[in-house]
Amino acid sequence: MNNILKIADKEFTSRLFTGTGKFSASEVMKEALLASESELITVALKRVDVQNNEDDILTHLKQPHINLLPNTSGVRTAKEAVFAAELSREALGTNWVKLEIHPDPRYLLPDPIETLKAAEALVKLGFVVMPYIHADPVLCKRLEDVGVQCVMPLGAPIGSNKGLKTQDFLEIIIEQSNVPVIVDAGIGAPSHAAYAMELGADAVLVNTAIAVSKNPVAMAKAFKMAVEAGRMAFEAKLAPIKSKAEASSPLTRFLN
Amino acid sequence: MANFITLFDTYNWDNTLESIFSKTTVEVENALAKEKLDLEDFKALISPAAKPFLEQMAQKSSMLTKKRFGNTIQMYAPMYLSNECQNICTYCGFSMTNKIPRRTLTDAEILKEVAFLKAKGYDHILLVTGEANKTVGVSYIKNAIKIIRSQFSNITIEVQPLDQEEYELLIENGLYAVLVYQETYHREEYKKHHPKGKKSNFNYRLDTPDRLGKAGIHKIGLGALFGLEDWRADSFFTALHLKYLQKTYWKTKYSISFPRLRPHSGGLEPKVEMTDSDLVQLICAFRLLDEDIELSMSTRENEIFRNNIVNLGATSISAESKTNPGGYTVEPQSLEQFEISDERSTEEIVKMLKGQGLEVVWKDWQHFEAIEE
Repeated sequence: MNNILKIADKEFTSRLFTGTGKFSASEVMKEALLASESELITVALKRVDVQNNEDDILTHLKQPHINLLPNTSGVRTAKEAVFAAELSREALGTNWVKLEIHPDPRYLLPDPIETLKAAEALVKLGFVVMPYIHADPVLCKRLEDVGVQCVMPLGAPIGSNKGLKTQDFLEIIIEQSNVPVIVDAGIGAPSHAAYAMELGADAVLVNTAIAVSKNPVAMAKAFKMAVEAGRMAFEAKLAPIKSKAEASSPLTRFLN
Repeated sequence: MANFITLFDTYNWDNTLESIFSKTTVEVENALAKEKLDLEDFKALISPAAKPFLEQMAQKSSMLTKKRFGNTIQMYAPMYLSNECQNICTYCGFSMTNKIPRRTLTDAEILKEVAFLKAKGYDHILLVTGEANKTVGVSYIKNAIKIIRSQFSNITIEVQPLDQEEYELLIENGLYAVLVYQETYHREEYKKHHPKGKKSNFNYRLDTPDRLGKAGIHKIGLGALFGLEDWRADSFFTALHLKYLQKTYWKTKYSISFPRLRPHSGGLEPKVEMTDSDLVQLICAFRLLDEDIELSMSTRENEIFRNNIVNLGATSISAESKTNPGGYTVEPQSLEQFEISDERSTEEIVKMLKGQGLEVVWKDWQHFEAIEE
C-alpha cells in the first residue's frame, strides 16, 4: 500500500522496525512482533548465546519474513563495535549491523566520534551499517560520506517514551539526507510514530513502547497502523497548516 | 574533586542524620512530584516523614523500573571460593578468630561447582572470597577467572579491595564487575567492627570505587551492611557515593545491594534494626533517585519479601545460594558465611517469576574484546 522502502539490497513493505528487549516472555515477544508485521527486528548480541543454535530469543524469531538486525549494544568504543559486528556476522550469518556505541550506561546516548570511526571501518569490511546517533544533521552527512546505508537519529533518550523531542533537527536531517532516515529511540506512542512518518521519516524503530505495554500484541498492531497511516499521509502530501483564513480583499488585485 | 574521600570528609554523620529526621511531609510530596531528584529529595524519601507515602513510592518505583528494565529480572549465582580470612569482622562467619575449618577451592573443585551452576542455567556469576593474601590474592583470583571465563558471559567478584593495577590485570583477563560494600560509612563504628587486618583501613576501602573507576571497570556494586549503624545515614552516604561516581566515572554502570545482618556462627545482634517496611522504603527511594541503577536482592531476604520486591524495584536476584566454599557440590555440609532465608531452588524461583509475568534474563553481557589466552 505504501511505497516500498529499500535499504542496501533489501526491500521492506513494513516501515516499522522493532526490537526484542523488555518483553515479559519470549512467547509474548513473538506474538507481538508477528502482529507488528515488522520485517527488520533488532536483537542485542549481548543478550543472545551466539554459540547456541537453540537460543531462546533467536528460536522465536525464525520466520521467513523476519530479517535479524544484530546490534552492538554494550560496546564502548569503535574497536569493540567492529569486534562485535564481526562476531555477529560469523555467528548469525548477516552482514547487517545496527551500530550502537553508547559509553554512557545511564542515558545510553551514542558517542558520535566512535560511531563515525566504526562506521567507516565497518563499511570497508562489507557491512550494511545502520548507525544509532543523536539527531545531528552534520553527523548524518559525515556518516553518509563514509558509506552507511541509512541513519538512525533518536527522537528522545532511548526507552524514555517522550516522543520527537528532536523534531527540528530531524526535519533538517530528513531534508538533507540521501539515505533512508529511521527515527530510533524515544517513540512512546503510535501518534509519535505517525508524526515521524508524516514528517517524512522513512521508517521508525520501536521497542519499549510495545514491550512494556499492558497488551504488547495490541500495541504492536496499533503501531503498525500508525506507521502506515503516517506514511500514507506523507505520500498523499499534507495540506499546509494555515493560521488564518485567506484575505477576502487581496492587496494585489490592482495589478490585474 | 580528586576523590570521594575529599568530598566525604566535608560531611558530618550527626548533622546528616539530623537533616534526614527533620524532613517534612511537604518535602516528601515535592520529591514525589519531581522527575529528577537530588540528594535532598532522597533524604526526604528515606525519612520517617515518607512512611505514609510508602504505597505511592512503591507504585512509582515499579512503574519506573518496568519502563527502564522491562518485564525482566536478571539471575546470578554466588560462588564462594574460599573462607580463609585475616580480618576480624564482628558480624562475619569467616572472621579470623572464628574456629571453623578453612578451605580454598582447587581448580578441579571450582570446575565441579561451575558444572553444577551451569546445569541450573546460570550465565552471570559472582565469585566470593575472604581476605587472605597468601592463598587468595590477585593471582588466585586471576586464575579462577581464567578457568571459568569460557563458561560465563559475566563475571563479578566480591573480594578484598585491590590496587588499581591489580584491577586492570583482572579486567584484562575477563572481569566485568566488582562489588565492594563500605559496610558502614560511620568512621568510628567501622573501626569497632573491623579491629584487625587490612580491612581496618577505612579510607583504603572508601577509595576502592575510585580505583575501580580509574581502572575502567564496567560495573561497580555499592552498599552498606544494614544493622551496624543507622540505615538512613548509611544509605544517604551510599547515594552520595553513587552520585559522585556517576559524574566522575561516567562510563561505568552501578548497582546497589541491600544486605541486612543475618545470623551466623559467632553472631552479632543488629545495633540498629531495619524493618521490612524500611527496606522497601529504601529500595523505592533509590529507584526514584535513579531510574537506571541496578538493584540487587540476595537470598538473605525471605520468600515473601523476594516474591514482592521483584515487582517494585529490584532488577537482579540470586537463588539457591550457598555461602560456603564448595557449598553446591564439593562440601555442602561446611559452615556458611551467613544463613540464607530463601532456600527455594532455582527452578522454583524461575517459576515464581514467570508466574508474575517476568522474563528471566540469564545472559546480558558479552565480551567484545579479544582476551589474551
